[in-house]
Amino acid sequence: MKAVLFGASRGMGRAVARLLAARGEKLFLLEHDLEELHRSARDLEIRGAEGPVGVGHCDLLQPQTFAPALEQAQRVLEGFDTVVVTAGLFALQEELERDAELTARLLAADFTNTVLFCEEARKRLLAGGGGTLCVFSSVAGERGRKPVILYGAAKAGLSRYLEGLDHKFRAVGLKTVCVKPGFVKTSMTAGLKPPPFAGTPEAVARRVLKAIDRGRPEVYVPSPWRGVMCVIRCLPRFVMRRVNF
Amino acid sequence: MGRQPYKSILAGWGRHPVVEGLVYKSENLAAIVGAATLSRGLGRSYGDASLPANAHSPVADTTWANRLLSFDPVSGLLRAEAGVSLYDLNRVFLTRGWFVPVSPGTQFVTLGGMAASDVHGKNHHCEGSFGEHVRRLKLALADGRIMECSDTEERELFRATIGGMGLTGHILEVEFSLRPIPSPWVWCESERLDDLDAITAGLKEAAHAWPMTVAWVDCLARGKKLGRGILMKGRWAEIGEAPRRLFSWKRRWRVPFQFPGFVLNRASMKLFNLAYFWKHIPRHRAGVMHPEAFFYPLDGLDDWNLIYGRRGFTQYQCVLPCETDNAPLRRFLELFRSLGGSGFLCVVKDCGAEGKGLLSFPRPGLSIAVDFPVHPRKTQALVDRLNELVIEEGGRIYLTKDAFTRAEHFRAMEPRLESFNAIRRRYDPQARLRSALSVRLLGDNF
Repeated sequence: MKAVLFGASRGMGRAVARLLAARGEKLFLLEHDLEELHRSARDLEIRGAEGPVGVGHCDLLQPQTFAPALEQAQRVLEGFDTVVVTAGLFALQEELERDAELTARLLAADFTNTVLFCEEARKRLLAGGGGTLCVFSSVAGERGRKPVILYGAAKAGLSRYLEGLDHKFRAVGLKTVCVKPGFVKTSMTAGLKPPPFAGTPEAVARRVLKAIDRGRPEVYVPSPWRGVMCVIRCLPRFVMRRVNF
Repeated sequence: MGRQPYKSILAGWGRHPVVEGLVYKSENLAAIVGAATLSRGLGRSYGDASLPANAHSPVADTTWANRLLSFDPVSGLLRAEAGVSLYDLNRVFLTRGWFVPVSPGTQFVTLGGMAASDVHGKNHHCEGSFGEHVRRLKLALADGRIMECSDTEERELFRATIGGMGLTGHILEVEFSLRPIPSPWVWCESERLDDLDAITAGLKEAAHAWPMTVAWVDCLARGKKLGRGILMKGRWAEIGEAPRRLFSWKRRWRVPFQFPGFVLNRASMKLFNLAYFWKHIPRHRAGVMHPEAFFYPLDGLDDWNLIYGRRGFTQYQCVLPCETDNAPLRRFLELFRSLGGSGFLCVVKDCGAEGKGLLSFPRPGLSIAVDFPVHPRKTQALVDRLNELVIEEGGRIYLTKDAFTRAEHFRAMEPRLESFNAIRRRYDPQARLRSALSVRLLGDNF
């Protein structure tokens, strides 16, 4: 496997990258903070990634960086067959309601720009004969819920986009894996009270890697969230209006 | 997120004391330590060493700063961020034939914590404590300066930081050499011995031939049986001795909930000690052991501190100079028994030479560690009496385990404290970096 990872310096991205490194895969990292990136690359090399781990500058808030970054990854890896996108922004609903500028940034990062990045990645994967595109969406996109209206809306759009990709391109060899994390203890959720079934990045990464290997189009992590979301999807509107989750 | 502090309930492994504190946590440790008054790793120190001085003094949680930064596969020299856990390190390196030069009794500790506590292990009589093997440290000082220190640069700061309980600066990176090992397995010989003399003589004798030794002692046995126990000696197994099957990691279990307080009483502890002693049915036993079972027997049970219930527990560990005989240790055990102390796990280990750390625990003699549940009235008195004995014998206590010692007792047993304080003041005149432990023992007040 030759994998490009966008956002592997932190949280779940870091955990996925470490599992891939331990298997001896070839990796290329993309992020906006180059110093962090170099440190992460050294870490993955020591943990067993094959050859030097390449790095490239790529900023989720600057779509013009996407194509050159993937271009560079393709050159260094001599083609890639897997792309994992964990980069994203998160903010609490109250903060977003107060700050329109932050809202614009979050919507752009989590929907528009993530989709633009996936489009660039998709073209290159298809040109190379297919592969796996694994993108972290969220259970927040499953239903319009009070605490995650804006973030959830962006993730809902992203999930639909990935579903569409899967329908159209699986037959020609592009597998799309849409990861839907529930509550996972990362810097994104630091300070929030963990609900039941809160997961760790390491456990999430193991499950995600299995999904990538098997090409499953959709994976809930940690696994109990599949059941939880199944119930929430079925709740009628008058219930959703009353509850606060 | 992440860069904002959040409220959290904090406690050491003994779950006493428990406080509410503000926590910064981020993958980018250097970015958050500036706002924090203390760094804390996995919180495996037993008492208040990892707790903030008060509810308004934020701590920096280092556990996400867990990247390996450089590794030389020829010399074994490793540089890593302070939050890398020994567990993680073992998973990466043990099957590749490398191991830390010194390992404490649990792998759920961070490298930063290992340096700040200057941990020791079963091989202390040969290798000294962890600090002896630390080549360099990268620190963030109280005034925000980032500094490298080692035996040759900022030597005094280096010596004060090793075993300095995180009070001299936030440890950001640790550099030390891993040791090559012939196989991931351990050859272990153990012996059931009937009294304290046999145990201490056994430790002394084994020290010459074995790189790793430790003894478990039944601290509830009395009279002639006082100090009976099991002596363990170990070394890394050669390739020929190692089992043919593939090396795999041990399965871990979890204590699902906090036990009610009555579960642990004198009778149940006595039963446990008896069972542990007689589980070793043959007098001698020898064979290959899994490294996790040998080094980290309690790590197989996650959250085992919940067994002690709501009140929590403490561990008392001291080292007693025993140049001529084991009489000081005997007096300690007799005092402990006569004060009504009872504990599950009582571990005796011989210590080698004193290290470079200015406040490091180990010194030549015999170290004894015993766990006991916290009792709202009795525990303070028990620790006070034990401390008085330790002062009389010229020994000292291990700060990493401590939650009850009084400042005057600590000063009496620690002649090196003045020089530590002087260096600490030089780098941090206002004592901006502080912990609940430093408030209690070093007189940091507001």
